[in-house]
Amino acid sequence: MTVDATDPKPALANRMVVPEREPEVAPATAPPTRLAAREFHLYYGAHHALKGITLEIPSGSVTAIIGPSGCGKSTLLRSFNRMNDLIPGVRTQGGLAVSGVDVMAPSMDVVDLRRRVGMVFQRPNPFPKSIFENAAFGLRMQGMNDREALAQRVEAGLRRAALWDEVKDRLDRSALQLSGGQQQRLCIARCLAVEPEVILMDEPASALDPTATARIEDLVRELRGRYTIVVVTHNMQQAARVSDFTAFLLQGELVEHGDTRRLFTSPRQKLTEDYITGRFG
Amino acid sequence: MSSAGLSLPGLPPLVRRRRTDFTGGAFTALSGLAALLIVAMVAVIVGEIAWNGAPTVTWEFLTAVPRHGMTQGGIFPAIYGTLLLVVLMVVALVPFGVGAAIWLHLYAAQDAWFTRAVRFAVHNLAGVPSIVFGLFGLGFFVQFVGRTIDRTLGLDVVWGQPALIWAALTLALLNLPVVIVTTEEALRTVGRDQREASLALGATRWQTVRHVLLPQALPGILTGAILAVARGAGEVAPILFTGAAYFLPFLPKAPTDQFMELGYHVFVLATQSPDVDATRPLLFGTVLVLLALTFLLNLTAILLRARLRARLLGRT
Repeated sequence: MTVDATDPKPALANRMVVPEREPEVAPATAPPTRLAAREFHLYYGAHHALKGITLEIPSGSVTAIIGPSGCGKSTLLRSFNRMNDLIPGVRTQGGLAVSGVDVMAPSMDVVDLRRRVGMVFQRPNPFPKSIFENAAFGLRMQGMNDREALAQRVEAGLRRAALWDEVKDRLDRSALQLSGGQQQRLCIARCLAVEPEVILMDEPASALDPTATARIEDLVRELRGRYTIVVVTHNMQQAARVSDFTAFLLQGELVEHGDTRRLFTSPRQKLTEDYITGRFG
Repeated sequence: MSSAGLSLPGLPPLVRRRRTDFTGGAFTALSGLAALLIVAMVAVIVGEIAWNGAPTVTWEFLTAVPRHGMTQGGIFPAIYGTLLLVVLMVVALVPFGVGAAIWLHLYAAQDAWFTRAVRFAVHNLAGVPSIVFGLFGLGFFVQFVGRTIDRTLGLDVVWGQPALIWAALTLALLNLPVVIVTTEEALRTVGRDQREASLALGATRWQTVRHVLLPQALPGILTGAILAVARGAGEVAPILFTGAAYFLPFLPKAPTDQFMELGYHVFVLATQSPDVDATRPLLFGTVLVLLALTFLLNLTAILLRARLRARLLGRT
């Protein structure tokens, strides 16, 4: 189910949060939970990186995860598409669900999971291939070879990533010739072409200049509703600008999670207040 | 200019103690001399060979067979044998070496005892003298594998004798560590972000290897192959017992045939000739051809690598 981007912020399903104000028009039904963590623990060897995270992320929302370096933001993000599998010595405990399906189950098809939960990385990482082949990569890996169908999906992805007009005349040129901001939007287009339900973004603008950053933020706002987006950022202004909900992590623990405006204006936890007012971190 | 007068424009001259200056100056001179010596040695070797060999290298020399107890005629069988040997070696070596490197880099549990044993074996293999590879080739490929094939197929002696295929396999084994190490290094430089990008888009591990890692590692893999070819074309010891022939009146037609080879031919001309003076021009010519062939093989591979790199960087 999708939520129109012009809708007011959907009511929260999260029991930790009480909405501060009633939405002007109450949605007919609360959006279903897309991502959920239940008492989720993660260890890198002996290091306890995530300590009993419990949160729910409603479908179609944008959630920002903030916190100081090393607090486990990226680790939590990368748990949702099992990217941490690549790191030897990782153990987990507790539950993690995408659309109600247990992500950590041994029977989980990780390839299928990653098609449904896309990811955008900190540094733009296009493949040294043409712009077209970058956008088509995920589809080709699914076995799609029909030139016509590929072209359609590639165009749709590039349009949604607000890159189409800039690259439509040079789809066969190397993606490495694009600027950093364009490369990052290409990485988003590449992810969108696969038509995921969820997009995980790991500090997607931290390697970009302010103009390119603003375009990425615009894009996140445009994609809101159609996709469930989780953005890790250490930039609190960015979190405030783009997200509906914010989760604050500190040393592997979820300190506070709630409506972004409420969390930034009247944090419930002293630690949150200290962090957002710049007293540490 | 004194040795202490070194200074950058706009900066005050560096004040140093004299002793350091002397040591530094002496070291600079010594290391410069060492570098010069290398250039000089190469110049002398190549110059000597080119000077003495060039008159011999005619079209006839390249296309004719040896005659009159190898005091006349050409070296075509040796050129042909060398090319065949190198091609066969690469065909056997590259898939095996690249496969092993992919396994080591991507699939192996890095701290498992088996992985460590494989790495240990690869590094030790690199230190084994080439003559030992030759003896191993004779014992393993010729006498064990070859004879087993003959016995199983009920043949007389067909596979169980020194042959082109066994020489190529022995050479491949000799060069295996080079290819494994360079390929693994090349895979490592592709970087985690490319691998993650591919996996995050729902590519399987094999698809990631096939469509992302290998294409980007190709220039590096090629470097390994270049080193192997350059070494393979010149190594005599590994093929001495496994397939190289002193003289053959015919060209090898099957992998079970013996063959003539340039490096071995040089050895034969230098040590086994009935008439040393008559052989000498041929010897220089053969060495020149061997050098030129190695150089050409290298050059081709280097150009190919440069083109691949340019394409990866989006410059074409």
